[in-house]
Amino acid sequence: MCRTVVGIRCKDGVVLGVEKLISSKMLLEGSNRRIHAVDRHAGMAMAGLASDGRQIVTKARGEASNYRSFYGEEVPIGELCDRVAHYAHLCTLYWWLRPFGSSAILGGYDRDGPQLYMIEPSGVAYRYFGAAVGKGRQAAKTEIEKLNLTDMTCRQGVIAVAKIIYGVHDEAKDKAFELEMSWICDESNREHQRVPADLLAEAKQAAKEAQEEDMDAD
Amino acid sequence: MEPMASQWTEAPHSMGTTIMAVEYDGGVILGADSRTTTGVYVANRASDKITQLTDNVYLCRSGSAADSQVVSDYVRYFLNQHTIQLGRPSTVKTAGTLVKELSYQNKSFLETGLIVAGWDKYDGGSVYGIPLGGTMLRLPFATGGSGSSYLYGFLDQAWKPDMTHEEAEKLVVKSIALAIARDGASGGVVRTVTVNEQGVERKFHAGDKLPLFYEEIAPRPSPLRAH
Repeated sequence: MCRTVVGIRCKDGVVLGVEKLISSKMLLEGSNRRIHAVDRHAGMAMAGLASDGRQIVTKARGEASNYRSFYGEEVPIGELCDRVAHYAHLCTLYWWLRPFGSSAILGGYDRDGPQLYMIEPSGVAYRYFGAAVGKGRQAAKTEIEKLNLTDMTCRQGVIAVAKIIYGVHDEAKDKAFELEMSWICDESNREHQRVPADLLAEAKQAAKEAQEEDMDAD
Repeated sequence: MEPMASQWTEAPHSMGTTIMAVEYDGGVILGADSRTTTGVYVANRASDKITQLTDNVYLCRSGSAADSQVVSDYVRYFLNQHTIQLGRPSTVKTAGTLVKELSYQNKSFLETGLIVAGWDKYDGGSVYGIPLGGTMLRLPFATGGSGSSYLYGFLDQAWKPDMTHEEAEKLVVKSIALAIARDGASGGVVRTVTVNEQGVERKFHAGDKLPLFYEEIAPRPSPLRAH
């Protein structure tokens, strides 16, 4: 179960983060991934029904691969977004299909720079500086708006996203959650990767400390 | 008596041809001769073998005239749609890839050697050679057609990297003139097209103004009319 998904576009790349609720102590950490690589230079984070999300990712991967074979280049992120949105919209046109039960936040880095898009079940897709979807999206969006993204590097962005996700997590209602993050930036050689373990640990630490600070300041 | 519907009327139109494209500092120059033959008959002595694919990408055609025209028509169509969908001009690499796919997938039906060259904002000036079998190779300069055989040695010596526009154009015109001198299937005029960030420029180099080489005699007034 995932509750909130956040994506931001920094000056040198894109950062994606997912708040994954751990429904059972028997779940292996790192399983049930919500962020998937679509192509070398693009990744997608899903919110909502996980199985529907996987379908969208499969479709996106097919389109990206197909584009590469046909045109000899990596697919521009805007074009990839259009194709996925087209498919999502298609599923709203016929009575024998149902709309996808999940939104996708697509982050990528092509020759025109880093870009962030969100595709909704209706088929609508926009390009964003920062986007959030899921249970905690209102609070997350408020936090994102406070950030100065044009001057922020992805290293700083990872920490910012971690703080936001820890911030929107409802301690009272749900207990444990796992933070899953990925990035595509100059530092990762413009490839979609999981955020390195040491940086992720640093981000979690910073996020926890920020939470404690907030609680003390009553 | 049999009507004179002999080989030359029924032979396919072929562009004996010399074509080439060169990358220079800031863009590319494409060059070609202008002779189209059916057998030994010159069907067109002033043909244009440099065809436009998009605003910023051009194609040199050699081999079967029909095959190369059909390939270029298809690629122009695909690139047009691609540009509209993408919202920006296609890259030279994409144009080259489309030409390559058609050439390779239909290799048993086609007989055409092509050179794709142009300018885009990501890679600057680029030249892609796509010979008969359908390979695609990005090169600093490429040649093609029957006349290109006579240019290998010359270009090995005469080509150098990072030429200016003037140097590159001189090289192209000289090369094609040399090939025309030796290859019977190439002739006529030399056409050049320059593609760079500013746009496209077409030039025409008249056949009688081309440089003359070893053993070629410049026209002299006849001694009979000396006065």
